[in-house]
Order: sequence, then C-alpha cells, then structure tokens
Amino acid sequence: MIMPLLQGLKITFLHMFKKPVTLQYPDERPNVVPNFRGLHGLKVSHERAKCVACYLCPTVCPAKCITVEAGEDANHDKFAARYEIDMLRCIFCGYCVEACPVDALKMTQEFELASYKREDFVFVKERLLEKK
Amino acid sequence: MDALLALPPMYYVAMVAKVLIAFVFVLLTVAYATYAERKVIGFMQVRLGPMRTGWYGLLQPIADGLKLFFKEEVVPKQASTFAFLIAPLIALVPAFISFAVIPFGGNVEVFGYTIPLQIASVYDPTVGRVLDLNVGVLYILGMASLGVYGIVLAGWSSNSKYSLLGGLRASAQMISYELAAGLAIVSIFLMSGSLSLNQIVADQAGAFGVAGWYLFRNPFTFLAGIIFFICSIAEINRTPFDLPEAETELVSGFCTEYSSMKYAMFFMAEYANMVTVCAVTTTLFLGGWHGPAFLPGWMWFIAKVYFLIFCCMWIRATYPRYRYDQLMRLGWKVFLPITLVNVVATALWIMVVG
Ligand code: SF4
Ligand code: SF4
Repeated sequence: MIMPLLQGLKITFLHMFKKPVTLQYPDERPNVVPNFRGLHGLKVSHERAKCVACYLCPTVCPAKCITVEAGEDANHDKFAARYEIDMLRCIFCGYCVEACPVDALKMTQEFELASYKREDFVFVKERLLEKK
Repeated sequence: MDALLALPPMYYVAMVAKVLIAFVFVLLTVAYATYAERKVIGFMQVRLGPMRTGWYGLLQPIADGLKLFFKEEVVPKQASTFAFLIAPLIALVPAFISFAVIPFGGNVEVFGYTIPLQIASVYDPTVGRVLDLNVGVLYILGMASLGVYGIVLAGWSSNSKYSLLGGLRASAQMISYELAAGLAIVSIFLMSGSLSLNQIVADQAGAFGVAGWYLFRNPFTFLAGIIFFICSIAEINRTPFDLPEAETELVSGFCTEYSSMKYAMFFMAEYANMVTVCAVTTTLFLGGWHGPAFLPGWMWFIAKVYFLIFCCMWIRATYPRYRYDQLMRLGWKVFLPITLVNVVATALWIMVVG
C-alpha cells in the first residue's frame, strides 16, 4: 500500500528536473505546421482573385458563414463582387478549400484572430486577399 | 503582574523584536510559499509556473495581494454579518500565534543579556537555563484546534449550502485527525519526558547529530513522525485532504462566499498553518534548530522548515484528493490504531533499550 505512494512521489520528483514544455507565447512563437488550418486566403493570379463565384464553398460550408455575390466584369467573366467569411462562425474545417474547383481558396498559418469588435471578425474580400 | 514587570528592560525590547521578526518571517514565507508552490507544482508538471510578473514571476505574490486588495467586498444579504466578518480573523490568528512557543534558534547575547530565540521564553541567569512555557506542545495543539472555529463559522455564517458542507467537513476532519496527531506526539513525550519545546529540542541535540533527532531515535518515533506529519497536513486541509474546499464538489467550500481581503485571509491562514505545522514537525522530530555548527541555528531551523514545506507541495503535486469516507477510514481505522499501538511500543522500547 505504501510502495505505490512512494512511487508516485518519485515520479513527480523526477519530473521536476525535466525541461518544461511551456511555450512563453508572445516572446516565443509556436511552430505552425504547413497544413495548419488558420485564416482563409483568396489566391491571386494575373492581378485578380482566382475565385469565379461558383458558390460551391458557401454551399459546402457546414457553418454557413461564407457569403458570395457574383458580378460580371468587362470580359463577361464571372467574379466575386462580394466575398465575406464570418470568422465567428467558421469552424476551420477546411471544406471550402476542398470544394473550390479552381483552387482559389487556401488556409494560411495565421491564428491570431482576436479582436475587440464583432464587426472585425467579418473578413471581407480585400482583407482575405491581403493574406495571400 | 509584579513579577512580569520586574524583568530587565532588555527583556521587553528583545520580546518586541522577536515577535516582529517571527511575524515578518512567517508573513514573507506565506507570501512566497504561494509563489514557490506554483513554481514547484509547475515544474513537477513539466510547466514553468508564473514567469511574467517581475523577473521569473517573483513579483507574483505582490501582484496577487494587490489584486485581492482592490477587489470588491461582497457580504451576502442572507449571511450572519458579524460571524461572517470575524471568521477569517479567527482562522488567521491561531495560525500565527502558535509560533510563540517554537524555538527557532539558540541563545544570542546582546549587551551581556542572553536572549533565547523563542518568543515566549526567558533566560534565567540564576538557574542558568531557558525558561519557557512548560506545556508548549499542548498550547500548539490547542491553537491548532482553535483554527477550525474560523472555518466552521465561515461555513455556517455564509448561509450557503456549499459553505456549510465545507465547514462541516472541516470540523469532522480536523477533529478526527487531531486525535491521531496528538497520540503521535505522545511518543515524543515518552522520549523527552517534558512538554516544553525548549527541552524537547535540547534533548535532540546530543553528540550523534542526525541520529539524535526523535525521527531517527527508534523505529516507533519514526512512524510517529511520519503519521504526525500526514495528520498535520490533514488537519490544515491541504491536498490530498482538502475536502473542505474541494472545488469539484463544493465550488470553494467554506470560503465560497468570501471575496477580496477576507478571502485572502483564509488563504494566508492556510499557508501560515502550513508554515506552523512544518515548524512544529521540525521542532518535535527533526531536532529543531540543531545542526552542524557551520551555520547558525536559526538557519538550520529555516532550512528544515522550508524542506518540509517543499514536501507539502510535493505531496500536493502527487496525490489526488481522498474521498470523504476514505479520509475518515484512514483517520479512524488506520492512523488512530497505529498511533495507539505505537505509544505502547515506544514505551516498551524505552523500557527495554533505555
Ligand atoms: S473552413 Fe469550414 S466553416 Fe470555415 S468557411 Fe470554410 S467551410 Fe466554412
Ligand atoms: S468555391 Fe472557389 S471559386 Fe467557388 S465561390 Fe468559393 S472560392 Fe470562389
């Protein structure tokens, strides 16, 4: 009955000399793995967003947080006139990236999304493009 | 009264100085015990503990104190106000005054006047030895049991079910473990033949060093020492015996309704109790302030007390909390019989071995 108790004491004592795993966050940065699912980014090619406003991502999104409105440009090409993701509802599942037929969407390693205002969590097209 | 005032003036100066030093020492230890506890437990869980308040988090206790100081005082409407307000004090004071009889060093000589480093004592040049409270151990036991009133009052006066349950648990637990702790000390009485802490410490000095400590004198006092320490931890409600404030069941137990400095007082009482218990264990079992001569006695005393405090934290980092029936079973069915037999065994040992 006493030996297991002493065993426990020994384990905690030995752990005291192990190197702590704590990451001192603002000073030390974590290693974000490449396939991390962070903030979305709209890919750019030929000086414009690749998105063709096909509505597949808002359809597949389980949280229903993507809003797309199509527009037509001078070449009669479809493009996303409005593209918004509500980060407060997004669950970072990555289905939108999977669904996109033209590979216009990606997820970045950006994870510091805290903000003071609700409105700031709605990422509009311009803000998503910046993080390309 | 005349006898009290007849002592030389140096006595009163020394007394005030000793009280101040001991009080400040305990207060500082209490403040930094919270820090040390978080650090020690942190490292045992492969974490760092507080790091960001001051250098390596050293200002954390001060920051915590300031924060608690500026918190809002909440007194529940349904509470019994007077008892509610006085309870933290009743918990805090006994924790501190036990230190009055604990010898924390040898005699020091100031301007030809010998001062024993024990608050409630005086050096009598006519007899050539230190006179102190001749029932010191009983005084400590008495003060330790007074502490429970604070907790029970807090639990009852808060008028909340969690507090009441916490207070009830505290009283039952403290009373059951006090018995075993008291019986464990009886073995020491048998060895020392005295209740005065000064005598007990002097008896442990001897020429054999560590072997002179009561803990290592014979197997039965060793057992008594271990049981006394465990029972003391149970008596001051520390993990793994912290049922009166079991967060998982009772929110925060008896201090659920407390806030601000009143809450801080309970916390201080808990840590001050820990310091006191460690000091008592040091005095009774670890040879008090005696140690190799290269360090002064009070340093040995502090070192031993801090080692025991470390043990308390170590135990806290290791064991999960007992269930209440397990706790009671341990107290009444394991520790009490063992200590009872132990008293007899110690007596036989003294009779046979001498
Ligand atoms: S990651 Fe998932 S929840 Fe977030 S926008 Fe894409 S599909 Fe919707
Ligand atoms: S699936 Fe791709 S192309 Fe279609 S709307 Fe979404 S981002 Fe644009």
